[in-house]
Amino acid sequence: MNKNSIKKITSMRLFLPIVCLVAVLLVNLITTPGFFKVSINNGVLYGYIVDVVNRASELVILAVGMTLVTAASGGQDISVGAVMAVAAAVCCQILSGGEVSVTELAAPMGLAIIAAILASALCGAFNGFLVAKMNIQPMVATLILYTAGRGIGQLITAGQITYVRVDSYKVFGGYIGKIPVPTPIFLAIIVVIIVNLILKKTALGLYIESVGINGTASRLVGLNSTLIKFLTYVICGVLAGIAGIIASSRIYSADVNNIGLNLEMDAILAVALGGNVLGGGKFSLMGSVIGAYTIQALTTTLYAMNVKADQLPVYKAIVVVIIVTLQSPVFQSFIAKQRAKKAAAAVEGGK
Amino acid sequence: MKKRFLGVLLSVAMVAAVLAGCGSSGAKETAAPAGSETEAASEAASGETEAAGNTGDVITVGFSQVGAESDWRTANSESMKSTFSTENGYNLIFDDAQQKQENQIAAIRNFIQQEVDYIVLAPVTESGWDTVLQEAKDAEIPVIIVDRMVDVSDDSLYTAWVGSNFKLEGQKACEWLKQYAAAKNMSEVNIVDIQGTIGASAQIGRTEALNEAVEANGWNLLAQQTGEFTQAKGQEVMESMLKQYDNINVVYCENDNEAFGAIEAIKAAGKTVGPDGDILVMSFDTTKQGITDTLSGDIIVNTECNPLHGPRVEQIIKQLQAGETPEKQAYVEEGIYAHGSDVASVSIDGTDYEVTEVTQDVVDARAY
Repeated sequence: MNKNSIKKITSMRLFLPIVCLVAVLLVNLITTPGFFKVSINNGVLYGYIVDVVNRASELVILAVGMTLVTAASGGQDISVGAVMAVAAAVCCQILSGGEVSVTELAAPMGLAIIAAILASALCGAFNGFLVAKMNIQPMVATLILYTAGRGIGQLITAGQITYVRVDSYKVFGGYIGKIPVPTPIFLAIIVVIIVNLILKKTALGLYIESVGINGTASRLVGLNSTLIKFLTYVICGVLAGIAGIIASSRIYSADVNNIGLNLEMDAILAVALGGNVLGGGKFSLMGSVIGAYTIQALTTTLYAMNVKADQLPVYKAIVVVIIVTLQSPVFQSFIAKQRAKKAAAAVEGGK
Repeated sequence: MKKRFLGVLLSVAMVAAVLAGCGSSGAKETAAPAGSETEAASEAASGETEAAGNTGDVITVGFSQVGAESDWRTANSESMKSTFSTENGYNLIFDDAQQKQENQIAAIRNFIQQEVDYIVLAPVTESGWDTVLQEAKDAEIPVIIVDRMVDVSDDSLYTAWVGSNFKLEGQKACEWLKQYAAAKNMSEVNIVDIQGTIGASAQIGRTEALNEAVEANGWNLLAQQTGEFTQAKGQEVMESMLKQYDNINVVYCENDNEAFGAIEAIKAAGKTVGPDGDILVMSFDTTKQGITDTLSGDIIVNTECNPLHGPRVEQIIKQLQAGETPEKQAYVEEGIYAHGSDVASVSIDGTDYEVTEVTQDVVDARAY
């Protein structure tokens, strides 16, 4: 009975991703005793854990979009980092009214945000069109915006870093009024809940999985697989736009050269760490979200451990290799075989 | 069937590759809106070259610039243009390479064909210059390298190099801190270092200077971590360091953007920056925004990384004109800007460098 319930837990989809996250966090218990301490400092929550959850927000949002794209098209959108930069550029440029640095908004906040989201949706639609309609491999199709996106951003900001030094713009990357929890945490949670609701309450989640498993078969049973693939790219673009606005709000500027730099790779990694198959098909949104938090927990842990900057990537790589190996089907079947052997030996011994 | 599918896939991939190619070149074009202006200017300049032609003592200089990727670079180009103006007796042929080495090589070959008197090169990368510089040498045209160095097998392929002395910048900043700490009776100096992108020459020089100063002065270097020269990373790293150490009183940021991020993080943690605050923020580059923060005291000292290479290059050209041999490595003059006047000058290896107190006039005079 007891054994069965343990087996049930270990065979759950999210078991391994959660174990990895917990393992990364537990390292801190030994190395950084104060890691889990959360206090109220200066009227806001303060502590390493808050940092992890806060800094992971953009990555969580990107990972959600990346999961959908991966599931439906069996490929990844590598342009999300650049799309973040485009959204940030559009948002800041409208708010600043074309000036390099402003201390007063030149246009209403709502307008700028809607324009930024629209721009990122357009980027997503472009990717979606190439992948779904033109049947270009996702990696190749999104390579276009991956390279051109930051150029477009530069064009929008005229090659300058546009600063919006207005407190109301700092809200998205900072705090709302007197609420002690950073806004990005809320935004990430809201995005995850909304996307989850859409997937669960409508049949979209199921459609995405079936298109990912077999597009032709899905079409034959009456699903518009082209449209579904297209939609996932648009959603991914919009989410990248939201992440871009958060990232830009944190630094109250549009630094198109650096916003979201290399974040697309982390987002893909988050999807993989979440136990999702990068070849498409069945997916777990929560797995990717946990994967995203794991990546940030790892980064913050390494900072807290005072690892030297030039060694940082090495440690990251080692941990990632271990986690990915643990989750690989080959390794898992190996473990299962070993277990079966042991069981068989035990049975024989019992005779 | 299978073969046909493969064929379709291949052709699609090829089209995509072509598209992607267009995309990237589009990016490069759009990346340099200032570049197009400068290009127009260069066309105008080369037009003048032909017009001014063989008037005798007009010196023709060909300048191959990397591109216009930052304010610093724009200021660098402007410095060259204002120094080598027609009024000063020069013809400047300006070429914007849009971040591509092949464009720079083509530009140098053009300069050789046009028989310019001097070639000035701001290389995009360090390697791959041997052949084209040999051609320039064969044509007996002196080549002056600015900003980044070139990595060539034979040193005689270029006449001189003009650029920043990053280590000296770091030494000046550290010497300033030493004197400031003495003037303010700081009982102990607990530093954290937010490094630049690891491996960048600016990071190497500035970190090295700090490490030596820490050793020599008995300061506590609590932590060293890279902020990758960006505001976002600088902020994240500072956040983490503040949680680890409660006694930080100096932050050594290796450029202005990192300093902006660090200041945000310090303020968010409920601590204060500035001469009367909890933490002193030191920075490099002295961009206009950076020096504005120095005026307010948020950045206590800001050491310059000077993009104005023009005058130094002109000095070398004048030496060559007079038949003298200029020094192989020439550093541009770089200032150090501080909030308040607690330290009047710093002395490195016997040379005194004046510390400029930042005033509104100093901020207004900054062009970049």
